[in-house]
Amino acid sequence: MEKRVVLKNCGVIDPRDIASYLEVDGFKALKKALKMTPQQVIDEIKASGLRGRGGAGFPCGLKWELASQAKGAEKYVICNADEGEVGTFKDRYILENDPFSLIEGIAIAGYAIGAKKAYIYLRAEYHFLLDLVEEAIAQSKKKGFLEHLDIEVREGAGAYVCGEESALMDSIEGKRGEVRYRPPFPPTSGLWGQPTIINNVETLTNIPSIIFNGAEWFNQMGTEKSKGTKVFSVSGDVAKPGFYELVLGSPLRELVEKLAKAERVKAVQIGGATGRIIPYALIDTSLSFESVLGAGAITVFGENRDIVDIVSKTMEFLAEESCGKCTPCREGTEVMAETMERLVRGEGLKKDIKVLEELAETMMLCSLCGLGQAAPIPVVDSLEHFRGEYENRIRQN
Amino acid sequence: MNKTSRDRGRLLVLLEAAQDKSAHISRETITELAESLDISIGEVYGVASFYSFLSTKPKGRNVIRICKSLPCLLKNAQTVIDSVRKELGIKPGETTTDGRFSFELTNCIGACDKAPAMMVNSDVHGDLTSKKITKILQGYK
Repeated sequence: MEKRVVLKNCGVIDPRDIASYLEVDGFKALKKALKMTPQQVIDEIKASGLRGRGGAGFPCGLKWELASQAKGAEKYVICNADEGEVGTFKDRYILENDPFSLIEGIAIAGYAIGAKKAYIYLRAEYHFLLDLVEEAIAQSKKKGFLEHLDIEVREGAGAYVCGEESALMDSIEGKRGEVRYRPPFPPTSGLWGQPTIINNVETLTNIPSIIFNGAEWFNQMGTEKSKGTKVFSVSGDVAKPGFYELVLGSPLRELVEKLAKAERVKAVQIGGATGRIIPYALIDTSLSFESVLGAGAITVFGENRDIVDIVSKTMEFLAEESCGKCTPCREGTEVMAETMERLVRGEGLKKDIKVLEELAETMMLCSLCGLGQAAPIPVVDSLEHFRGEYENRIRQN
Repeated sequence: MNKTSRDRGRLLVLLEAAQDKSAHISRETITELAESLDISIGEVYGVASFYSFLSTKPKGRNVIRICKSLPCLLKNAQTVIDSVRKELGIKPGETTTDGRFSFELTNCIGACDKAPAMMVNSDVHGDLTSKKITKILQGYK
């Protein structure tokens, strides 16, 4: 079911004028939060059941609580606006149309964990949004809403892996965006070794509504383990690509066929390059953390698309974007990309499928971060649902 | 955090500024930054060469980046790539002899709702067709 929670102000307010945001109850949640204790704010977010919208789905309130309890000379809030996942563009839409809700969310987060400094890490591809976001911060500051917290925008410079939280922190520290060994996790030791929370744009944009309306209002939407709504970015073979916000647990069919008007669908990739590939037979799958979700990238493939070709392009992307720090990911993505490319050329060997499957297992078990651990998913899923297409390619040789 | 690590933390910001100013990060810039931040040249080069939007080689006045990720490929990004190639007479990875354009392919730029899409410098252009390409490129001198 469609419902606007995160996108409620998009197209309604003027993103360049804070007055229009104040007219729609803007910053009232922050005022309310500042009258609560930081722990009460955290408890409210915990009770809401809000989970991270960047793909991993970690409970937001718990993350905040860990950072709030951790000892550190300084604490940091980071907003991950490095939306690099293939087929994802919903954070761009939020930033473009409602930067104030995000800023209010960050301000509440800062108060809750006791941070005095926050960063918005904006991907280089979204440089055109920099002025808008900085202007929104300046207006919020001028109105006195950011007395407890300084918000600075830092720009990325073109690296998919910097959307991974530990690589992102290294990038803010001015280093190569390579992932870190964990533990320690960011809430205890993050940016410059200090307690840090890193939340996605959409997660933080949910915060003002939860505080303003209460946890109970929020957790009545969705399924048992997936509360609230999710913004989806739909692209590929559909008549109406774009942004759709649905209550969590809605069926994939509603999004793909009813809203985005896709016809004769072969498969859908959910969650971008490292996302699941769902064949049309499973189109009634529910969109939730219990089932399949990711950051909400939905790429639709029509009947005439070649799955081996699609997976090959996906692996090429992952091989390019692997940061190279750990061997399973650095070498694994390369070998997978080479093998897939060979299959596309019709030069596949009989042993290729077995090699891909063995390699997938190693990468999933041994890679350092989510990139390498999830990189084999498209291969594994397509081998499960479209094995015949691989075998045909090999037979051609 | 002490002052040194605060300064070191600005390395990426400084590199981005240098890139904006002279369209690439020169050897001299790398040496100067290493000296002023008291870190090795290798460390500065390591950061400068990690990010795809930073370049240690000179580039054209305008950089074209066509998205080659799946959502754009599904919407015929290859036609757009071929049009730019024909229009400018250069392949991806090359710069026109007059220094007006550098031409690159890039990964998802988050404009899949208007695929096929490309960036020219920081501007995003979407729903591209061969006809549109000619007109767009005329706008960059």
